[in-house]
Amino acid sequence: MNKATLIFRHEFRHTVKRTGFIILTLALPVLALLAIGVSHIVSGVVKPPAEVTKIGYVDEAGGFGQFTDQGSMALVRFATRETATQALVKKDITEYFVIPPDYLSTGVINRYSIQREVIPSEATTTVIKNFLSSNLLAEKVSPDTIARIEEPLKLVTINLTATGEVASQQGGMANIIVPSIFAMLLALSLAFSSAYVMQGLGEEKENRLMEILLSSVSTRQLIIGKVLGIGAAGLVQVVVWAISIPFLLRLASSSIGGLLSMIQIPANFLVLGIVYFILGYILFAVLAASVAAVSATVREAQGLGGIFTMFAVAPFWFYSLLLLFPNSPVWVVFSIFPFTAPVLVMLRLGMTGVPAWQLAISLAVMVLSIIGGLWLAARLLRTYLLMYGKRPGLGEIMRNLRSG
Amino acid sequence: MSAVEVNHIVKSYADKVVVNDVSFSVAQNEIFGLIGPNGAGKTTTLRMMMDIIKPDSGEVKILGEKLTEASKNKLGYMPEERGLYKKLTVMESIVYLASLKGIDRRSAEAKADDLLQRTGMLPARYKKIEELSKGMGQIIQFIVTVIHNPALIIMDEPFSGLDPVNTELLKNLLLDLRNQSKAIILSTHQMNQVEELCDRFLMMDNGRAVLYGNLKEIKARHRSHAVILDFEGELGPIPGVIEKRPHKGYLELVLDGNTTPQQLLERLVNAGITINRFEVATPSLNEIFLEVAGKNHE
Repeated sequence: MNKATLIFRHEFRHTVKRTGFIILTLALPVLALLAIGVSHIVSGVVKPPAEVTKIGYVDEAGGFGQFTDQGSMALVRFATRETATQALVKKDITEYFVIPPDYLSTGVINRYSIQREVIPSEATTTVIKNFLSSNLLAEKVSPDTIARIEEPLKLVTINLTATGEVASQQGGMANIIVPSIFAMLLALSLAFSSAYVMQGLGEEKENRLMEILLSSVSTRQLIIGKVLGIGAAGLVQVVVWAISIPFLLRLASSSIGGLLSMIQIPANFLVLGIVYFILGYILFAVLAASVAAVSATVREAQGLGGIFTMFAVAPFWFYSLLLLFPNSPVWVVFSIFPFTAPVLVMLRLGMTGVPAWQLAISLAVMVLSIIGGLWLAARLLRTYLLMYGKRPGLGEIMRNLRSG
Repeated sequence: MSAVEVNHIVKSYADKVVVNDVSFSVAQNEIFGLIGPNGAGKTTTLRMMMDIIKPDSGEVKILGEKLTEASKNKLGYMPEERGLYKKLTVMESIVYLASLKGIDRRSAEAKADDLLQRTGMLPARYKKIEELSKGMGQIIQFIVTVIHNPALIIMDEPFSGLDPVNTELLKNLLLDLRNQSKAIILSTHQMNQVEELCDRFLMMDNGRAVLYGNLKEIKARHRSHAVILDFEGELGPIPGVIEKRPHKGYLELVLDGNTTPQQLLERLVNAGITINRFEVATPSLNEIFLEVAGKNHE
């Protein structure tokens, strides 16, 4: 059997049997389950009470007497602020507001409440708003117009293809859920798998096993066997997570509501997802091997490695910017930059799609980076794997790369 | 065909020449000593032989050819820095490392059982490496080195950290292997440790080869004109002896140029001295090293 295959098999088994690996694999579904449980409990506790909430008001401007029934809330009129305050203290009402005489010119409404809060609840604000506008417009326009002014817009977007037909992919929230979850798993998996590679090589360096291994196999066989073996273990982890997602989503569906049934998976997503997972993984693992080669200890390697695994997670820092400005040229650059590409491309696929030329360049750059990375890793391993105790400086590494 | 052929290898790091134009050959069926103090360049020489690092110039042939992935299976290497997977059991470690030498699981297990039995380690076969003592780990390391029946065995400081019992065990195993026509290279700074094992040796100092050849011949060449004597009675002045050096338990007699040890023995017997021990003084490897290195350092 090929020696790289033997190393592959050993690394796969060794990694899958690690306690840390098992804990991590199970931790994600368990934590998600916990989060769903907590959110169910919290939303159950704060569910609006069945009876109608009473809100008081004092009309000093005059003319605000109608539309006091606002669904789940009722508005109760008080003649003076004193009587309203007394009612508030006796808890007959939850709060009251005052419409001052100069309301029309200033728009100021004073709201009085015993409950401390960060911002007034949206439901209350809407009720007060609707009550005011309804009364202001009463007798001037038709009730239908009043209803339309209260809710002037129900936006329905329809995406067309370049030829003007209705597109099969309609985008929107339903479209970004799966890519976002996948991108998150991808980022996690990239970070953890490269940590495993670093730990594995670092341990062999620390344990002085490296010389024994290198007296049997070449550095290239060692790297390939290791990277693919640990990669396969990483894939198992992602598969476990992926299998648990539909199950977790179903559990969470009461919180997400009808969104689940609308979930769409963007075209090409599956194929691109797998391609980016594999390329991204190999790139990060090969770089992790290089970092392990120049580090004296496992701990040092992980410190250094943290810097580039940061890139994998970086697209999430800009998630909201991505949503707001999905077509900024900045994203094109980062979709081509090999370290951010895997996660960012997944996110963009869900939001606006990625043009074919960008995908082509991005994939080509990743493949080239992997080839370069492999060369770099093999060279560094050969030079530094047997050097114990001290980490070489950057200048020294560059010199050795040129001469070694 | 020599087991090892090393021709004029040179290796330098930064400005320091670590191995400077070293050449030697090792025959099959011999134990070869690569000796010298710490930092002499022994380990670097071995790593170049193993193709773990590349020489700046010069070439190495192992079993008649440049080392390839295939020929790596024919050699066993025990580095100075010992290491095994701490979390694996003894058997798992042996089987995995043997598989990298092209040995399938079943033969590896059978061979491992045999070697564990011979080294008295059989009860530890399912123990984790981290549970073993340092000496036991070293025996496992030795088993890993020879499990694939290599034609060439290279060991860097094989006896360091071993207690006398295990040292003796390892020496006997090595002699067995030589009798099976294996070439064995022992690299060590403890020169007296390998004196009784080696047929030939290369002595290194500061990256250079300072002595190379057959152990007995070199010893004979460095023999001082002296004898060692342990006796009873009174030793008066003896003709032909120019100096008496007392040592613990014996006396070293330095002879003048005209007197042979044979003549001295006759004179002692004639003088009626009871002789417990009489031998021609041969220097130890340590003493030869100090003599040679001393000259080089002057």
